[in-house]
Amino acid sequence: MATYDFLFENLGLKDWCSDGGGDRPVSMADLLARKKGGAAETSVWDTPFPSMDALNEACSKFPKSRDLTIGLEDGFLAIKDALRFVLDPITEPLSWMLDGAMWLAEATPWWIVIPVLLLITYFVSRSWSIVFSVGASILGLAFIDHYLPAIQTLSIVFVCAAICVALGVPIGIAMSRSNRLQRAVLPVLDMLQTLPTFVYLIPLIFLFSVTESKLYGIAIILYAIVPVIRLTDLGIRMVDKDVLEAAQAFGMTPRQKLYQVQIPLALPNIMAGVNQTIMMSLAMVVIASLVSAPGLGVLVLRGIRNLELGVGLVAGLGIVILAIILDRVTKSALARVNAAQHH
Amino acid sequence: MSAPMISIRNLYKIFGANPAAAMAKVREGMGKEELNADYGHVLGLKDINVDLMEGEITVIMGLSGSGKSTLVRHINRLIDPTSGEVLVQGENVLDYGEETLRDMRRKTMSMVFQHFALLPHRSVLQNTATAPIVRGEDKAVYEPEARKWLERVGLAGYEDSYPHQLSGGMKQRVGIARALTSNAPIMLMDEAFSALDPLIRTDMQDLLLELQVELNKTIVFISHDLDEALKLADHLVILKDGEVVQQGEPQHILLNPEDDYIVDFISDINRARVLRVRSIMEPVKQDVSHVGEVQREATLEQVIAQTGGESIGAYLVKHEGDVVGELNMSTLVRSLVPQKRSGQ
Repeated sequence: MATYDFLFENLGLKDWCSDGGGDRPVSMADLLARKKGGAAETSVWDTPFPSMDALNEACSKFPKSRDLTIGLEDGFLAIKDALRFVLDPITEPLSWMLDGAMWLAEATPWWIVIPVLLLITYFVSRSWSIVFSVGASILGLAFIDHYLPAIQTLSIVFVCAAICVALGVPIGIAMSRSNRLQRAVLPVLDMLQTLPTFVYLIPLIFLFSVTESKLYGIAIILYAIVPVIRLTDLGIRMVDKDVLEAAQAFGMTPRQKLYQVQIPLALPNIMAGVNQTIMMSLAMVVIASLVSAPGLGVLVLRGIRNLELGVGLVAGLGIVILAIILDRVTKSALARVNAAQHH
Repeated sequence: MSAPMISIRNLYKIFGANPAAAMAKVREGMGKEELNADYGHVLGLKDINVDLMEGEITVIMGLSGSGKSTLVRHINRLIDPTSGEVLVQGENVLDYGEETLRDMRRKTMSMVFQHFALLPHRSVLQNTATAPIVRGEDKAVYEPEARKWLERVGLAGYEDSYPHQLSGGMKQRVGIARALTSNAPIMLMDEAFSALDPLIRTDMQDLLLELQVELNKTIVFISHDLDEALKLADHLVILKDGEVVQQGEPQHILLNPEDDYIVDFISDINRARVLRVRSIMEPVKQDVSHVGEVQREATLEQVIAQTGGESIGAYLVKHEGDVVGELNMSTLVRSLVPQKRSGQ
C-alpha cells in the first residue's frame, strides 16, 4: 500500500491504474518493498511529497520523473538527425577554420611564428613595453617546452574570438535598433552566461562527433560571444543623442549614421566587449579540452587525471600568462581608441 | 513684400500616447492644464503661425518649456507635428517622403546646436565638412570650402585638431563653420550661444551679425535670453507655454507690449541700449530749432552719450545724409521708463 492510493481510488482511476500495470520493469526499491511485505503503515511524519515517483508507487500507470528525462532524451534523439542535417553543413567551415589555423600554427617554424606574433602585438598596442613582455612570456613558455600547446590554444582563441566578433557585432547592432529584439535576445544571453559550461557541452556531444573540432569551437563561441553582443548593443544605445540629432539634421541616411556616427562612437564599448570575449574564449578553451580541444587545457586535464601535480600547475600557469598578455594587448588597443575620442 | 521663406501654419504638437485623440479635444477647446491632468497628454505647441522672411534673423524666444526648441525642429522635421503645415519656399515639408526630406536637410537647411554636437572622432576640418561629406562630394572640392569657413570664424590653424581639444566657444565656431559650409540658405540655430560664457557669447553674436551682413541667410535663432534676442532679431517671436504671445519687430514689441507677460519680461532690460532713434523719432516740425544731429540707427544710449546727459531740446535725425525726422529729448526720456503692468 502506498500513501496516495486513496487519491486514485477517490478519482475512480483504480481500474486504469491496475490495468496491465504488471508489465512494467520493476525497480530495486519496488522489490525491497515487496519483500518487506509492504504492509507497514507510514506515519504522518513520513508522508512523502506527492511527487511523480510517489504517485507512481500508488498507481503504476502514472509516469515516474525518470520518464520525463527519458522523454527529453528520446525527443532530442528524434530531432537529432534533422538538426544535424541542418547544423552540420552550416558549422562545417568552423572545423576547417580551426583545423586550418591549427595546421598553420604548427607547420610554421617557431622562428617565424614568434616574430609575427610580436609584430601583431606592436600594431595592435603600439607599445614596446607590451611587445617586450609578450616576447618574454612566449619565449619563456617555449623554453619549458610548452610552445606547441600554447600556440594551439592561441590559434583556437584567435579563430573563435574572430567569429564571435563577426557574428556578435551585427547581432548587437540589430539589438540596439529594435527594443523587441533586445527583449528577446537578452534572456538568451543571460542563459548562455549562467548555464554551467559543462551543461551545454551535453547536447553538442550528442550532435557532433567528439573528433570534430567544431564541437569545441561551437562551445567556445556560444560561451564567449555574449559580452561582445551586450557591449555593442549598449555602446550604440549610449551614443550621444545630440550627435545623432545633428547627423539627422544634416541629412545622413540610416547607413551613414551607422557607419559614420554610431559604430565609431560605440567603438570603445565594442572593444571592451572584444577584450571580454577573448578572455572568455581562453577560459572556455580549457574546459573544452574535455571534448578533445588541444592546447594547454589538455595538460591541465592530464594533471588532474594522472595526478601529475607539476604538469597541471605549470600548464595552468601558462594559461594565466596567455590571459595576461591577451588582456594587456587588447586593453592597450582599447586605451588608444579611448584617447582618440576623449570627450 | 516677397513671399516668406518659411511659413508655419496652424501648427500643433501634442506629446503623449494618442496625440490624434488629444488633438480632437484641443480643437473642442480643452486647455493645456486640463489636457495634461485628465488625459496625460502634453500640449507642446498650440496654433503657431509664424512667417520667416528671407534674409532675416527671426528669433524665437521663450523660457525653458515654452516649446521653442520643439518648434525649430518642426522646420527640418526632426519632430513631426500633430497638425498644421510647415511651408519652406512654398512647399509643405510634411508632404515630403524620406528621400526628399533628406535632400532638403542636405541642401536647404543647416543647423547649429546648443551643445555643439560635433563628431568627437573626426577632426575639426572633417566636422566642418560634414554636409558635403554627407552629400558625397569630392574631397578636393569641399576641403578648400571648409578651410575658408574655418578661417572666416577665426579657427585657421585648428583644422587637424579634435573637438575635445577645443574650448566651448571654439567648438561652437566649428558648429557655425559646419553650418556655413553646407551652403544652405536657411540656418537653424537652437540656443546656439546659450552654453557659452557671457563674454564669448557677445563675441559670437557679433560674429553672427557680421557674417549675416555679407551672407544674408534666413536664420531661425532660438534663445531664452532677451538681450540676445533683441540684439539679433529682425523679427521677434515670443513663445509662452507653447503659444505665440506676441511677434513683430523687436523695437515695436518693446514700445508696445500687448500682454502682461511681455511687460514683465521686458521690464528688466536696458532700454537705452536696445531702443534706436528710428523707433521714437517724430516728423520734423518747422518751428522747432534743433540743437544738433543724431543718426537714425543710433541707440538711445549713444544719443545720451552724444548729448552729454542734456535732456532738453530736439535733434535732427539723419540717415545716410538725409533728414528723416526729429528727436525730442523728452520723448527719449519717457521711452526709457518701462510700462507698468496694467493691473498696477
